[in-house]
Amino acid sequence: MGSTEARLRDYLAANCLHMPSDEIPLDQPLLSTGLVDSFHLVDLALFIETELGAHIDDTELNASTFDTLAQLTALVEQRQP
Amino acid sequence: MSLPAGTLPQVLFDRYRATPEQAAVVLRLNKSESTLTVRQLVDGALGYAARLRQAGIAPGEVVIAMLPPGAELLHAFLGAMFVGAIPSILPFLTEKLDPQRYRESLDSLISVTRPSALIAQPDLMAMLRTRLARAGEVKAMLTSGAQGNESPRVDPTELEGLRASPDSLALLQHSSGTTGLQKGVALTHRAILGQLAAYSPALGLTPSDIIVSWLPLYHDMGLIAGFLLPVLTGVKLVLLSPFEWARAPWTLLRAVSEHGGTLAWLPNFAYNFCATRIPDRELNGLDLSSWRAVINCSEPMMAESHRLFASRLGPFGLRESALATCYAMAENVFAVTQGGIDRPVRLDHVDRELLATEGRAVPAVASQRHTTEVVSAGAPLANCEVRVLSADGTPLPPRQVGDLALRSDCMLTGYFNRPDATVLALRDGWYLTGDLGYLAEGEVFITGRKKDLMIVGGKNIYPQDIEALINQVPGVHPGRVVVFGLFNESLGTEEVAAVVEIDAAARVEANRLGLAIREGVATGSEVTLGPLKLVDERWLVKTSSGKIARGANREKLLAELGREA
Repeated sequence: MGSTEARLRDYLAANCLHMPSDEIPLDQPLLSTGLVDSFHLVDLALFIETELGAHIDDTELNASTFDTLAQLTALVEQRQP
Repeated sequence: MSLPAGTLPQVLFDRYRATPEQAAVVLRLNKSESTLTVRQLVDGALGYAARLRQAGIAPGEVVIAMLPPGAELLHAFLGAMFVGAIPSILPFLTEKLDPQRYRESLDSLISVTRPSALIAQPDLMAMLRTRLARAGEVKAMLTSGAQGNESPRVDPTELEGLRASPDSLALLQHSSGTTGLQKGVALTHRAILGQLAAYSPALGLTPSDIIVSWLPLYHDMGLIAGFLLPVLTGVKLVLLSPFEWARAPWTLLRAVSEHGGTLAWLPNFAYNFCATRIPDRELNGLDLSSWRAVINCSEPMMAESHRLFASRLGPFGLRESALATCYAMAENVFAVTQGGIDRPVRLDHVDRELLATEGRAVPAVASQRHTTEVVSAGAPLANCEVRVLSADGTPLPPRQVGDLALRSDCMLTGYFNRPDATVLALRDGWYLTGDLGYLAEGEVFITGRKKDLMIVGGKNIYPQDIEALINQVPGVHPGRVVVFGLFNESLGTEEVAAVVEIDAAARVEANRLGLAIREGVATGSEVTLGPLKLVDERWLVKTSSGKIARGANREKLLAELGREA
């Protein structure tokens, strides 16, 4: 069990970006670039809900809610119980 | 249900006169619902017809609509048809797409198709007016949402679209990318009405059917099955946004449950997506028992995807008998075959070895271990003939794999302004599909594809277009890129795979370069890159003439990944 950031980083590396997780820049735009697509987002929201205990509504799965790993981590931490 | 001959606008106006207040389209967008009656659908289209006419658009000219899902798109499309113009729907510019690439694609379309009008939302149009290189070659650039009460009106009896010949062109259909945009499938009114007349009985369509669709209208399955078929046959359509569906796949199921939906068309990946990505709380209380046909279409159909879908949704009323299949292509307007309506979809268990090595579909015996399960696409529609041809063009007997060729009374007139491409696709009145398959017991079984085309989540993607995008990323050795499709069983669709030779200097930053390549593909196309392998100058397989061999490189990557071809 790592930090929320580490777990999100590992998830994105393995499932969306297919690269070593420590090489994902914290400020890399992910949604507005299409690197994480809408189908990835459904999986990501499920992962966050079941593994990290935070809910992100489907209407929030867009770049205006979060675009980078840093923003996603902040959002999830804010919603964790 | 019988369809009169004539033009599409004539058929729609007949419905308008008979049942103007009937609900034609229920739009479920942004979590709210609104209904367009036949009258509202036609009135909105008349508004566009008046504006197009005022802009000097003449019959036979092409009108491109690049609008998000919604009433405006339906009105613009039908309005263009009302004035006798030839509409075509293209994807609008989404947030993730690179605006420059989008303009380049549009310029390439303009150079071939020579449209007279473009229709887009105001912000996109403002950008196109100033930045599109070929903007000056387009007669009219119209924005959506501009119709007020003072909008010009047009007398329906004067519409050119009502007086047009059934053999005039009704619309163009494009697939994506530079390659797809340069091959607009041109279809006449007669062809489209011929398709609907043959397809409706194959579906057992009745006025009490309700079609539910999230499919984009720039795709043949969305445009025909998810728009023109219901609107012209008087069947109610419940239309969802593909963008909302992708983030919340249960919206489709909810719409079916709430409206008593009876028919839907889905690409194979959507079965896996619905089966594996919907939390229980979104399914609770749903009743899917009204669904009489969920039709798998537009990419390879997997029996496993059907099983996943049926077992996940069975507890919510989905009947296993609802699972159905269809083989379709824009060049035939839409459907060529339909299966699973009157009886369950046939599954053919054949000897895997003989299928792979000899191209023979030999039924497997019960004890056999290595079998392949091929899903039937069903029988050809009454107006379609399907043949299986050998390499030299002679028809093959049943259970022999060959090139699928098609002949019907609802085929394309040609690729618009591309007589060269039309000649290559047609031989003696037969359309060469580029698909491989066999016939057995009067049904069509698709086993593969001869052409390079990839089908990713139901979308046709040309590898050359993706290679061109990757070639432009700094650090990539230009021309040393190969792209192909790899089937992913858990997704139920193909993924786009790439092997890319990179310059020696770029190797220290390989991961950053990988990210840049992924970004280049995502922002320049409709797909996300799957497996990506960065290699040095020794890896890629070349032909004796130095060209990069797509098939050989695909096999080499599969071998490295430890997978079967």
